[in-house]
Amino acid sequence: MRPTDVSDPDYYHRVVDCQWACPAHTPVPEYIRLIAQGRFDDAYMVNWVSNVFPGVLGRTCDRPCEPACRRGRVEEENLAKPEPVAICRLKRVTADYKSDELRAMIPRPAAPNGKRVACVGAGPASLTVARDLALQGYAVTVFDGEKKAGGFIRTQIPRFRLPDSVIDEEIGFIIGLGVDFRAGTRIDSMKSLLAEDWDAVFVGSGAPRGRDLVLEGRQEAAADIHIGIDWLASVSFGHVTSVKKRVIVLGGGNTAMDCCRSARRLGADDVKVIVRSGFEEMKASPWEKEDAQHEGIPIINYHVPRAFLHDNGRLVGMSFQIVRAVYDDKGRRSLVPTGEPDAIFDCDEVLIAVGQENAFPWIEPDAGIAFDKWGLPELDARTLQTTIPRVFFGGDAAFGPKNIITAVAHGHEAAVSIDRFLHGEDVTQRPPAHVNLASQKMGIHEWSYDNAPSNDARHKVPWAKAEAALASIKVEVELGFDLKAAFQEAQRCLNCDVQTVFNPKLCIECDSCVDICPTDCITFTEDGEEEDLRGRLNAPSPNQEQALLVGGPLKTARVMIKDEDVCLHCGLCAERCPTGAWDMQKFLLVTAKAGPTCRDRKQGALA
Amino acid sequence: MTYIAKPRLHHPSLVANKVGYTRRDYEGKVSTLCAGCGHDSISAAIVQACWQLDIEPHKVAKLSGIGCSSKTPDYFLGASHGFNTVHGRMPSVLTGASLANRELLYLGVSGDGDSASIGLGQFAHAIRRGVRMVYIVENNGVYGLTKGQFSATADRGSTAKKGAVNHDAPIDLVGMALLMGATYVARGFSGDKGQLVPLIEGAIRHGGAAVIDVVSPCVTFNNHAGSTKSFDYVREHNEAVSRIDFIDLARELKASPEPDEVIRVPQPDGTMMRLRKLHADYDPTDRRSAMNHVQALQAAGEIPTGLLYVEAEATDLHAALNTTRLPLNRLGEDALCPGPEVLERLNSALR
Repeated sequence: MRPTDVSDPDYYHRVVDCQWACPAHTPVPEYIRLIAQGRFDDAYMVNWVSNVFPGVLGRTCDRPCEPACRRGRVEEENLAKPEPVAICRLKRVTADYKSDELRAMIPRPAAPNGKRVACVGAGPASLTVARDLALQGYAVTVFDGEKKAGGFIRTQIPRFRLPDSVIDEEIGFIIGLGVDFRAGTRIDSMKSLLAEDWDAVFVGSGAPRGRDLVLEGRQEAAADIHIGIDWLASVSFGHVTSVKKRVIVLGGGNTAMDCCRSARRLGADDVKVIVRSGFEEMKASPWEKEDAQHEGIPIINYHVPRAFLHDNGRLVGMSFQIVRAVYDDKGRRSLVPTGEPDAIFDCDEVLIAVGQENAFPWIEPDAGIAFDKWGLPELDARTLQTTIPRVFFGGDAAFGPKNIITAVAHGHEAAVSIDRFLHGEDVTQRPPAHVNLASQKMGIHEWSYDNAPSNDARHKVPWAKAEAALASIKVEVELGFDLKAAFQEAQRCLNCDVQTVFNPKLCIECDSCVDICPTDCITFTEDGEEEDLRGRLNAPSPNQEQALLVGGPLKTARVMIKDEDVCLHCGLCAERCPTGAWDMQKFLLVTAKAGPTCRDRKQGALA
Repeated sequence: MTYIAKPRLHHPSLVANKVGYTRRDYEGKVSTLCAGCGHDSISAAIVQACWQLDIEPHKVAKLSGIGCSSKTPDYFLGASHGFNTVHGRMPSVLTGASLANRELLYLGVSGDGDSASIGLGQFAHAIRRGVRMVYIVENNGVYGLTKGQFSATADRGSTAKKGAVNHDAPIDLVGMALLMGATYVARGFSGDKGQLVPLIEGAIRHGGAAVIDVVSPCVTFNNHAGSTKSFDYVREHNEAVSRIDFIDLARELKASPEPDEVIRVPQPDGTMMRLRKLHADYDPTDRRSAMNHVQALQAAGEIPTGLLYVEAEATDLHAALNTTRLPLNRLGEDALCPGPEVLERLNSALR
């Protein structure tokens, strides 16, 4: 194999599994270390720079980082059920324990540069664009039809998961940068918006239409049947304050989980989730399913809705066809009726949460923005630029419903595009991330990070008492870690960003690193092709997703192979190394953000 | 040395051997030797060999003298018996322990100072008595704990770290072991576990006095140009004379005919050791031939390694003395105190 090119910024980035998995590439181990040091403000700012909404995301993020977490692959007891570091809940810790000093740490906007940018919708994508650009001196105006900013964050996520105060504070940080928020101002016409002479327009209006289920009885019983996301928004704004006793929620995504748990709190005592697919295939995150079941809500799978049953317009129940999953030889699933008689469930109200669709009725067909056959704008996936160069899309409006952290990532990219575009630079040229590697050696056996891995199992987040939590939609269910548990959970992080950096020129092949490595990651052997090498390492290397670090050739013409898969980043290889051929170096990735650093001409004039 | 203990977390594929232990269970405390010390590699090789041979840790006794090497029994087989004895006196203590309890595996761990200087006599006599043991000399040619003076195994003409030249003739522990009648004599190199682990396994299975001289570079005081015990020098002059692999008897019967250079040596436990000769004119089962061959290679400036000599039907001290088959701690009172008549008989035999 060719020696690993560690100058490729992606190489060490991939080793930091959580950061690599995060759409916004949040430096997770960096802020977790700051938590362990009690530096909550600094930890919050690391998050704020990357993901803009630490308090919101610390409660609601889809956490792609956690399934990726290396901790889940190395723990002794949990190979069947991985227990990653509670990254998401540690993010909440930074928000919960930050001090009043934090406001002073938020950067001041640069002097106004005279450029005006309009953002349509005040959801996470638009607010990220607004923050990134306002800091660079842009005059950003954010329009939203609702009275309060937040979009999806405000309307779709129930208050028992995310209190208003958290949203208000974090949106306040952004508005406080001088962003002009026009509440209750719905944009009805793209053409007239474009006529207002904005230098750039960003559309972050979300995917606001819930999919309906047109079945027999839908029209007749319409009064008792609601589209899930609309219903959640009504609950959020207090328009809906109660439900009937027996509620069926259709659908298997996170919206369905929010609907059923909200219904439980608004007075329903018989709530069921009924889903077409199998339980395992449901789109909802595993922990959201667990939370619903924890509250006594059954999830019934393999039931396809047939009809709404009504008695002169009053909903009385639903009928379902019972199916089973059949897989063809290509692994494709089809749901085949089992032949059993249809199942009938009595109910008084139904919430339909079977997906969302994008809809842009306010963008005129002749506005100049091209749409594809699915009704989504034709975009360059990296620049997010539409067929009108000064119009950009992001969040759910861009590629259909995803999640908050993806919307934030889109916001950063769109802000970079807008910044380059308004400086007359090619938006397709994307600035690379800045990468820094710094040795963490402090003394002969001392590192600037806690290198001894903790053996703790994952710490559980305490919950409010069930009676109190179920009694009101406003009582937050999860209480967040206390300081002790937060520290202990932070110590479970393996510091994967502190990289094992190997210098073959210094290696004397004494085998010390091989002997001490607790996870048998290191092998000195004759060179070969990757497949061959993976077969003759000191420990099996089945995880092809994880790279091999190859160093050499060494004096004996052998090579050093380190399988990155289950490295604990404990630094023992470097402590045992007599020549400093191994060093532990902290990898810091600074993704390009709008501003001079993302431009070719750092001091360039505006176009 | 390392500041933190080795983490308990391990590779997910770690498996238990026949007696229910993983390789990590054979480890000891974290080493306090210098980073890069060859001795730590030898400890790792012992761990590997004991795990592979399904040895129960409580049936092993580790004995050592004084020195860097003699500290190492703390760093492997943490669940075994241990005795850190007086400088150079490990062989006597080991002999005594062996006489008291013949059922344990005796691992004598010593260094060039402990065995070739202060303990040279003990080294020689334990071997010539044929004590059943695995005697490992971790040989780095210097006194590491006292800042790197030449030891008795340093080669004439080799230089110390600060340039002083050694004028004394070296003691060749392999040559001594052969002369003193050791029935298993090998030399390994801490930087080559592929060779060292089978050598240790062979010694553990051997039925008599087994000596392994392991060249183990001292990275702090003896790993410079001019040293003959440095990683670079040993790698350049390493001349392996044989390669061991183990096969059990049942499979051996079905195996295809072996080429001529393979010698089969039956082991006391019924298995077969297969010794692959790497030098055509060399017979590792003939003591004189082995001595000649080793001497010739050493005279040519090479470092002969591998299993240099083995006597398949080795016997040990217990056989020579016709001792009781049971360890003393399992003999009952009637056997240990047979009464006045037996004493009388014994006394009259001596008159």
